[in-house]
Amino acid sequence: MVDIKIIVCIKQVPGTTEIKINPETNTLVREGIETVINPFDTYAIEEGVRLKEKLAPLLSQTGEEIETIALTMGPPQSGEMLKEAIALGIDKAVLLSDRAFAGADTWATALTLAEAIKKFDDWKLIILGKQTLDGDTGQVGPELAQKLNIPFIGYASSILDINKNRMTIKRLMEDRYETFEIRLPAAISVGKDINIPRVPSLRGKLKAKNEAIPVWDKNYLNLDQSQIGLEGSYTQVIKISMPEHHYEVKMLEGSPDHQVDELYGKLKELNIV
Amino acid sequence: MDIKVDESTCTGCSLCKNVCMYDAIEIINGKAVIDDNCVFCGACIDACKFNSIEITGLPDKHLDFSNYNGVMVFLETLDGAVLDVGYELATEGRKLASSLGVPLSGVLIGNKVKDNFLQAFEYGLDKIYCIDNPVFSNQLDDIYAKVLVQIIDKYKPEIFLAGATSFGRSLVPKVAAIIKTGLTADCTALAIDEEKKILLQTRPTFGGNVLATIVTKDARPQMATVRPHVMEKKKTAIAESEDQSAKIEFIDIDQSKFKTKYKLISTEKEAGENINITDYDVIVSGGRGIGGSDSFALLKELADLLGGVVGASRAAVDSNWISYPHQVGQTGKTVNPRVYIACGISGAIQHLAGMQTSDLVIAINKDPEAPIFKIANYGIVGDLFEVVPKLIRKIKMGRGLI
Repeated sequence: MVDIKIIVCIKQVPGTTEIKINPETNTLVREGIETVINPFDTYAIEEGVRLKEKLAPLLSQTGEEIETIALTMGPPQSGEMLKEAIALGIDKAVLLSDRAFAGADTWATALTLAEAIKKFDDWKLIILGKQTLDGDTGQVGPELAQKLNIPFIGYASSILDINKNRMTIKRLMEDRYETFEIRLPAAISVGKDINIPRVPSLRGKLKAKNEAIPVWDKNYLNLDQSQIGLEGSYTQVIKISMPEHHYEVKMLEGSPDHQVDELYGKLKELNIV
Repeated sequence: MDIKVDESTCTGCSLCKNVCMYDAIEIINGKAVIDDNCVFCGACIDACKFNSIEITGLPDKHLDFSNYNGVMVFLETLDGAVLDVGYELATEGRKLASSLGVPLSGVLIGNKVKDNFLQAFEYGLDKIYCIDNPVFSNQLDDIYAKVLVQIIDKYKPEIFLAGATSFGRSLVPKVAAIIKTGLTADCTALAIDEEKKILLQTRPTFGGNVLATIVTKDARPQMATVRPHVMEKKKTAIAESEDQSAKIEFIDIDQSKFKTKYKLISTEKEAGENINITDYDVIVSGGRGIGGSDSFALLKELADLLGGVVGASRAAVDSNWISYPHQVGQTGKTVNPRVYIACGISGAIQHLAGMQTSDLVIAINKDPEAPIFKIANYGIVGDLFEVVPKLIRKIKMGRGLI
């Protein structure tokens, strides 16, 4: 019997390592596509694994167990990413995949995740990355928390203390850190300052290889088409464009003194100095 | 609901395949075929020169929103003062309200905030709803969400805008989830569709490489968070005869109904260090070429002279030379200052994603091939440890400091 579950929500995103600048048009172009775990989600995975490592020995004194679960909504091949999460130390993974989920905005995504999370008992903490590389909204976390009616702490930079009923957590705002005590269950989103993710262990990789990832579809979650995917979304993308960056580069030549004189002159013209 | 390619007009030209970020399109037998990787983002529909791609089967709900009226902006406060982004929203809101021919209101919530209202009216607001109560001393998501939901429910604006600050990006999704409406994050441009009278919300995605225009069709209000420092804040002329106090409405709340689940234990600011780098007009950033934490003192000296702040690349932060809040780029902050001075930063794509919308970029780097020079307005190939001290000296001399 598992008494505490930590759920880590992750997303597979197109990587951007291959984006380059086209020298003729001076616009950014992609060359090839690779998908990666959303970078912020790797910190969410690591934090989930660390919390389990920290809490498991304490809980075992009273005969209690703790488990980490990775959850994603995405196309079938997102299952591979979930295996990576298992290789990194996550215990179990579930893939929410259905053609009907496609085109979901943050609202419909949060709704689908919430319905999946309700299928588990005894979940105490939901961890997400603070935003994704592709959508970049950071909205799914707080919307999900609201749908589950639990507190949400965004931009968490460290968990100072945690037991199965409450946690002390620090969040990073624009100009300050704030430390809160909140009751569990709760949802948090994390940035890269919370930890340094580990690399997968050999044992983890072997476990991942043999792991069968369950796939839950809309029928399993009892969701109607009108609530999910593009149809269940309140927002719709009506236009996509590539921003035109026209960079006119002026290299300042000559000796360092001359370069600095010229730069100073430009700054003076622009009223910056 | 499905996305379909009209095979009679598709030429198999690959334009759609090339723009697809999700690798969902293949050209098979000379025709585009869209597979299950598709997320319905619409990029291919825009890219197709032959109008061959369409999303079908979306029900048109034709809902009546005639009881929603006006534009409302959230005047976020911190320690009793309204943040600049509130005034930027008021200025932008004024344009949208005028275009729709509807009133513009502001929501001012906090502790000891009411004295801000005279200043707030200078940005074109027709009305301010003010809740001045000690329970709102701190930025607590749950009670702020509760009161905002009540206000939106009562006054029914058709558009609601808030700043995409840390608080705004955490609070407003909560509000949208309770009200059950669409929310578009981190917008950089807003406009009204003249014909449909709806809000066109444009935002950068994929690290600023793609601009998406988004609408909320079937729910109200249309909600958006707007990136700070992107829109201009501009005062409007107010007739002297106008009695501003008549335009403010104080809303009393029953304090006992606003119990937070968040127990704030402490607030700390980093001593002697400005970490809210998005708030500054000038950012002097250091990268791998800086070589160590000590050298940031040099950049700080230049930043101080320019009234700016110190930023950093991921390389510098990961080397522990400077703290994470200073990081600019994909896994750090997105900034758009008037001037961005990149010192010893090569300009990896992830860094450019966080700063390429700066008004003016100055790059100083030893390597003439560094990608940062491709997007800089002014480039200096040289040793930053020679160039920066000379620039500091020049500025000091110009000001008669030495």
